[in-house]
Amino acid sequence: LKNAAKEGTRRADGPKFRKIGCVEVLEAMKNHPHYQTPLMGPNRGRGVAIGFWFNVGLQSSCSIAVNADGTVNLIEGSTDIGGTRTSIAMQAAEVLGLPVSDVHPSVEDTDTVGYTAVTGGSRTTFATGMAAHDAAQGVVAKMKERAAKLWEVDAAAVTAAGGVYSSNGHSISFRELAGKLGETGGPVVASATVNARGAGGSFAGVIVDVEVDPETGKTTILRFTSVQDAGRAIHPAYVEGQMQGGSVQGIGWALNEEYWMSPDGVMKNSSLLDYRMPTALDLPMIDTVIVEVPNPAHPFGVRGVGEANIVPPTPAIANAIYRAVGVRLRRLPMNPPAVMRAIWDKKS
Amino acid sequence: MAKVYIPALLRELTGGVEVVDVDGGSVRAVIGSLEQAFPGIGERLMDGDRLRPNISVAVDGEISPLGLLEPVGPGSEVHFITAIKGG
Repeated sequence: LKNAAKEGTRRADGPKFRKIGCVEVLEAMKNHPHYQTPLMGPNRGRGVAIGFWFNVGLQSSCSIAVNADGTVNLIEGSTDIGGTRTSIAMQAAEVLGLPVSDVHPSVEDTDTVGYTAVTGGSRTTFATGMAAHDAAQGVVAKMKERAAKLWEVDAAAVTAAGGVYSSNGHSISFRELAGKLGETGGPVVASATVNARGAGGSFAGVIVDVEVDPETGKTTILRFTSVQDAGRAIHPAYVEGQMQGGSVQGIGWALNEEYWMSPDGVMKNSSLLDYRMPTALDLPMIDTVIVEVPNPAHPFGVRGVGEANIVPPTPAIANAIYRAVGVRLRRLPMNPPAVMRAIWDKKS
Repeated sequence: MAKVYIPALLRELTGGVEVVDVDGGSVRAVIGSLEQAFPGIGERLMDGDRLRPNISVAVDGEISPLGLLEPVGPGSEVHFITAIKGG
C-alpha cells in the first residue's frame, strides 16, 4: 500500500494515471477472509499479486426505436460473447427510466447499424454502453418534444424522471406517450456513435493458495480469489464471469500452456488437444470481489473488466510456489518438469 | 508550451534529451516543432500524413483516437509510445 499507484502516479509507459482503484483493490485483498486465514500443511504456499490493464474505447454505434407498446428496440454492433447484450440494454434502460425487460437488444452488422469495432478485451460495456447511453438520451429528448406537443408547452419545460414525463401539473408515462407517437409526429428513433474516450484502466489482484507435489512437481490450486476494480459493475454476475474467465486464462499461462516450436519455426502442438488449457476439473471455485471506483469519464462509471484479471495470476502463483517449496521460477509455464528441475537444482 | 516526452528509441535524434517544451495546438503541430528542432524525428513518427502504425500518442494521460488531429493545450503532456493492440 505504501508504494501503490494513485491518481497522478506516472505509469510505466509514461503517462500519468487518472482516477484508479489500485489502493482500493489492495485494501479489499488485505481485508478478505482468504488473506486473513492461515494456510496450513506441508508444501503449501500462498501468493499475492496485482496487475493493471489500460483498456481502450474505440468506435461504437447504437440505435434505439420506440415501439407503440412502450418497449424499445435497441440495435448495436457488438457481438455478445460475455453478456454485453444485457449490460448495454441495462444502460439504455437506466437513461430511459424503463425496466430492462422493456429494452429488446439485437446485434446487427453494418447493413443495419453504424460501424462498431471489435468485441474484444474489455471495451464493449464501456464504449458501446456509452453509445447506448447517448442514443437513449436522444430518445428522451424527442419524447420530451412529444409530451410538449400534447400539452402545448415548450419542450424545455418538460422533465423526465423514472420513465415519467411531467410539466406544470401534466404527467404521462413513457408507455402512454409511446402510444401517442402517431398523433404527435410519427415514430421516434435515435442513434448515437462514439469514438469512446476516457477508458478508465483497471487494477486486478489475486490471492492464491497452492500445494506442490515435491515428487512430481505438479502444482494444485487449492483456493483462488480474484479482486478487481470494475468502476461500476453494470451486471455484477457477468463481471464476475469475466473475472473468473480471465483468472483461468492467467492460471493456464502460469501452469500449463506452452508453444512447442520445431527448429524451423513450425508450431508442433498446433491443436487444443496438445495445448493444455485448464478445465473445471483442474480448478477450485474462483471467488470474486468486485471493487467499485467509478470511472469519471463514463456516464455510469464503467471500466473494462475483461483483461486486467489475466495479469496477476502468474506472479501470484509464482510467489505461492516459492512459499510452498522454496524455488523461485522465472519462466513460464511453471509446469511439473519446470518445478522438478528447480527443486533438483536447489537440492544439488 | 506543451511538454513532450521523447521515447528512448528516438533520443539519438535529440542528443539524449528526454523532455522537450514545444508549441502545441495539435499533435501535428507538435511534431512540426520537434522536426524543426531535431531534423529527422518527424519521419520516425509519421508515415505520410498519419502517425506510424507502431506508434500511439497519449495527450494528458489518454491514448488519443485522433492521432495527429488531437488538440494539445499549452500545459499538456505528450507521450509518443509503442502502439499496443488490445481492447
